[in-house]
Amino acid sequence: MDITWDLLANAIVAGLLLGGFYAAVTAGVSISFGMLDIVNIAHPAFIILGSYIAYFINIDFGIDPIVVSILVLPAFYALGALVYQVYYLSFEKRGQESLRGLAFFFGLLFVTEVSLILVFGVDYRYVEAAYIGPSIHIGLIELPLRMLVPCGVALVLFGALELFVTRTFIGRAIKAVSQDQLALQLMAADPIRIKRIAFGISIATASIAGALLVIIQPVEPSVGRDYIGRVFAICVLGGLGSLPGTLIAALLLGVVESLTATFYGPSWAPAVAFGLLLVTLAFRPAGLMGR
Amino acid sequence: MNTLSFSAIATAVGLAVLAFAQWLGLDYFYFAGYTILQFIVLATAWNILGGYCGYVNFGTAAFFGLGAYTTVFMYKLYPLPIPLLMLMSAVVCGIVGFGMGYLTLRLRGAFFSIATLAMAVVVQTLVINWDFVGGSRGAYILHPENLEFAGLKVNYIVYLFVLMLILAVVALASARAIERSQLGFGFATIRDDELAAEACGVPTLRLKLIATTLSGAFMGMAGAPFPYYIGYLQPQSAFALDYAVNSIAMPMIGGTTSWVGPLVGAVLLGSAQQYATVTISSAVNLLIVGLMLVAFVIIAPNGLIGLVQKRLRRGPP
Repeated sequence: MDITWDLLANAIVAGLLLGGFYAAVTAGVSISFGMLDIVNIAHPAFIILGSYIAYFINIDFGIDPIVVSILVLPAFYALGALVYQVYYLSFEKRGQESLRGLAFFFGLLFVTEVSLILVFGVDYRYVEAAYIGPSIHIGLIELPLRMLVPCGVALVLFGALELFVTRTFIGRAIKAVSQDQLALQLMAADPIRIKRIAFGISIATASIAGALLVIIQPVEPSVGRDYIGRVFAICVLGGLGSLPGTLIAALLLGVVESLTATFYGPSWAPAVAFGLLLVTLAFRPAGLMGR
Repeated sequence: MNTLSFSAIATAVGLAVLAFAQWLGLDYFYFAGYTILQFIVLATAWNILGGYCGYVNFGTAAFFGLGAYTTVFMYKLYPLPIPLLMLMSAVVCGIVGFGMGYLTLRLRGAFFSIATLAMAVVVQTLVINWDFVGGSRGAYILHPENLEFAGLKVNYIVYLFVLMLILAVVALASARAIERSQLGFGFATIRDDELAAEACGVPTLRLKLIATTLSGAFMGMAGAPFPYYIGYLQPQSAFALDYAVNSIAMPMIGGTTSWVGPLVGAVLLGSAQQYATVTISSAVNLLIVGLMLVAFVIIAPNGLIGLVQKRLRRGPP
C-alpha cells in the first residue's frame, strides 16, 4: 500500500475533528463515571434522544440543531437529576449499585432505544443547516464544515466545563465528592445534592452531543451502541475524572480511528476503541492523566 | 439432595417435557421450546458469574455469537455433528471468557462490565469483516429434513430440541452443584465483600476466572446449534442485543441467588415473549422486557424468589 502524504495529512486532520466531537460525547461520562463513580452505560441512549429532539425541532421549525440543543439543556438537566434521584434511592442508599445499578442503566439504555424505534422507526434521520455540505480548503487539506463546527462547539463545551469544575464552588465540590464524600459532608456540603447537580450536568451535555451527532452523521436509534465502547475507552484512557485527559484521549482515538478507516477500511473502525481500551486496562489502568 | 439425584430428577422432568411435546405432536412447540430452553441456558450461564459472584456481564451476545460462528466456521470447513460443535464452542468461548477476565477482573468490577459491552461490538466487527464465514451478508446452513437414529426417523427440529434440553439440564445441574460446593461459597464471599474475602485468603482472582470461563463456555454451547436452528445466520441476528438484555433480565426477575431464579425467569419471560412476538410485535416485547428489568431491580431486588421467600418467612396472613 502506498501512503501519499496528502492522504495521511487529511486523515490526521479528519481524525482531530472527529476526536473533538468524541470529546463532547464523552464529557458526560467523564463526569458521571469518572467523578461520581456512577457507571452510566445509558449515556449514549440519552445522546441519541438529544439527536432526535434536535432533528424533530429542526425539521418542524427550522431552528438550528445546536441552538435547539442549548434550548433544551434545562430539560435534560432535570431528566438527569431525576434519574440520579431514582438511582440514589433505589441503589446507592442500599449499597447495591454494583450489580443492580448496572442492570438498571442497561435496562434504561434498552428502553430508550426501543421506545425511539417504536416512535420513529429505524429509518436514518438527518438535519438541515447552512454549514452541512461546504468545506474550507487550506492547501491540500480539506476541512468539511459539518465536522469543523461540531469540533468547535465541543471545544467550547469542554472549556466551559473545565472552568466550571476548577473555578466555581459547586464545581470544586463535585471534584471533592469524587475524592472523599465524608470529608465533604464535614464541610457542611450535602454530597447527594452535589452529585445530583453533577449528574444533571452530565446528562445535559448529552443534549449538545446529540445535536452534534446528528450534524455529523444520519442517526437511527441503535447508533448509540457504537459509542458505548468509544466513550468508555476514551474515559479510561484519559484517566478517570480528568477533563483535560479526556480531551487528549478523545483526539487520540479520533486520529487512530481515522487512520484505520483510511488505510484499512471504515468497517474496522469500531474495533479500534476496544483495542485501545484493552491495552489501557492491561498496561496503564490509571489512564494518561489519572490520579 | 445430592447432585446425582438432582440430575436424575432434572432428567426425568426433561423426559416428561419431551413426552408431552411428542404427545402434542406440534412442530411449533419444538421451535418455541427450543428458544425458551436456549434462554434457560443463557440465563443460568449468566447467573454463574452475575448472580453468584456479582460481576455483570453485558457480553452474552458476544459469547453466544462466537459459539454460533464457531459452528458456521466448521460448517464451511468440514461439517461435524452438533454435539462436537457444542464442545468446540465451549472451548473457544471458555478461552475468550478467561482472557477477558484476566485482562479486566483485576480492576474494579465496572471495568469488566464495560469491556464485555464493548467486546460484543468488536466480535461483531470481526465477523462482518471475515468473508470466510459469510461477512455481513450472512451464511446459509443447510440440514436434512430428518435424521436416522438406530432405524428411527427423527425430525431435525426434534433433534435440536433434545440437544438443547440436555444442555439445559446440564447447565442447571452444574449451577446447583456449584452453589452448594466450596466454589459456590467462594463466589458468594466475592459477591458480598471482595476485599474481606481477599483478606481472609480467598483466591478471588482465580475464582472469578473460573466463573467467567464456565459462564462463557455455557453461553457458547447455547449458541453452537443456533445456525442449524435458524438456517441462515447473519451477524445482526447472532450478536443481537436481545440476548444480553434477556440473559440479564431473566435472572434479575427470577432471583439471582439460586439456580431456581434464572429458570423461573427464563420460563416466564421466554414464554411471554413467544406469546407477545406472535400476537403483538417483537419491538414491543423487547420494550416490555426492558421495563420489567428496570421495575424489578428497583422494586424487587431479589426477584420473584425473594418475594416468595419473604412471604414464607412472614408466615400465612
